[in-house]
Amino acid sequence: MDNKKFTAEIKEKFADKIIEYQQHNDLRLTFAIQPEALFECARVFMKEKQFRFIIASGLHSREGFEIFYHFSNDSSGHVINLHVMLPHEQPTVDSLSELMSAAEWIEREIHELLGINFKGHPNLVPLISEGNWPEGTYPYRKDFKS
Amino acid sequence: MSKQKIIPIGPYHPLQEEPEYFKLYCEGEKVVDVEWETGYNHRGIEKLAEEKTFEQVFFLVERICGICSTSHPFAFANSLEEISKVEIPDRAKYIRCIIGELERIHSHLLWVGLAGHFLGYDTVFMWAWKYREPVLDLFEIISGNRNSYAMFTAGGVRRDIEQSKFAKIRQDLSELKKKVDLLTGAVMDDPVIHARTKNVGVMTREDIIDYAALGPTARASGVAIDVRKDDPYAAYGSLDWNVITAEEGDVFAKAKVRLLEMYESIKIIEQSLEKMEKIPEGDILTTIWEIPEGIGMGHAEAPRGEVFHFVKTDGTNSPVRHKIRAPSYMNIATFKKSCVGQTISDAAISLAAVDPCYCCTERMAVACDHTSGKQILDGEALIKRSQDKTREIKNKVK
Repeated sequence: MDNKKFTAEIKEKFADKIIEYQQHNDLRLTFAIQPEALFECARVFMKEKQFRFIIASGLHSREGFEIFYHFSNDSSGHVINLHVMLPHEQPTVDSLSELMSAAEWIEREIHELLGINFKGHPNLVPLISEGNWPEGTYPYRKDFKS
Repeated sequence: MSKQKIIPIGPYHPLQEEPEYFKLYCEGEKVVDVEWETGYNHRGIEKLAEEKTFEQVFFLVERICGICSTSHPFAFANSLEEISKVEIPDRAKYIRCIIGELERIHSHLLWVGLAGHFLGYDTVFMWAWKYREPVLDLFEIISGNRNSYAMFTAGGVRRDIEQSKFAKIRQDLSELKKKVDLLTGAVMDDPVIHARTKNVGVMTREDIIDYAALGPTARASGVAIDVRKDDPYAAYGSLDWNVITAEEGDVFAKAKVRLLEMYESIKIIEQSLEKMEKIPEGDILTTIWEIPEGIGMGHAEAPRGEVFHFVKTDGTNSPVRHKIRAPSYMNIATFKKSCVGQTISDAAISLAAVDPCYCCTERMAVACDHTSGKQILDGEALIKRSQDKTREIKNKVK
């Protein structure tokens, strides 16, 4: 996969939706995008580019909640990230489970551990705790005291 | 009188290596839905990693999985080296490959044994595990430990493999090859195993892509993904070996892929030893003085598929965020496809076919019913059904 050609294509498609583009090395790219463009962007990656969904990593930072969606292009060894930033209050983003079953579990897990809502998820029940944690307890938030 | 019968054994019971909990919803003998619950083993390792230094995290992630204990440090090392843009010495690369492949061999042998047990072939179970022993002994010779080898660190490996040990490693590998021949022959030629595993738990190419399944599970359905080839790390890019695939997607194909992969692993180890002979002993570590701010995405091909570590650093000596994705996390979800529509007696082997590793993901028990009364079967009953079916087929074959 040619990095220049690929990034030019993505930048053209999602011109105003891309906040930042970063190339960490030849095989690692990150596109920071507006949350509302996530589903469409992921659809292009999955269905048009035939990338494989690796996983999503949610994290809590000073700026808010961040999610990195990691995709792999197995034919070239690239790992391409989509990065979204969500606000501290009621973080919500579109669910990718409609696109692929692979996203269902990780969205449940992020919802449970960080309290991020996934719009359109068919079954957003706890994956890890079986619901026996007190309400409003999100262990992977930075303010959680263990 | 109620027809309901509930035998609550589990979630901790010895069906497989670890605690696990599946609910199979059945109508008669047919599985109509599968549900999975997880959680008892959640150890908060990702959170814990944020409180440890990079050096300590290696020992922490090595304890995620008891069987493929090196794959996590492998992926973690890859991600740290990616952040700090460090090239590790060649000798360390080969040592990493040797450890990774020996681990694949013993993990696949373990699976062959368990699969034999599920099908009612306890001799296969005992033999496969017996053949696995010399591999663990090799680990003891190399690292001082049969498992959790603590060989990896950022920038290289912690111990060298001395030239004097090569002869023993080579000899054991050639012995092992004969044993793998034996096992492969036994599986490939046995009409009963064919009857029990062919067209059972079939996963199509589309299912694999939809669930983003990995490793032998994906390769058995014709999806030729293998991080060692796709994004070569350590010395895999410079060695001559093949990615094993099959097209059928059933349990038999998965067994075939695993058996044949062991030969490739032996090939990789033999080549690594050969290359190492030309490199002087001792050069095994590039010192990394500090890990700069950044993100690293390291992956490694574990016996069950790609292990993925995402590390975000801020220039201090601990990760800010450390996300770990084990292959079973993706593979276990495929049960919805491979088990639904099967009979209960085939469910055990279909569930086992992805070689689920629960420390990474988690537990099982079995439930029944949907419309009629509830009948909850436990894991032992499930295995027994599977074994009974094999016995029936054996009698027919006779």
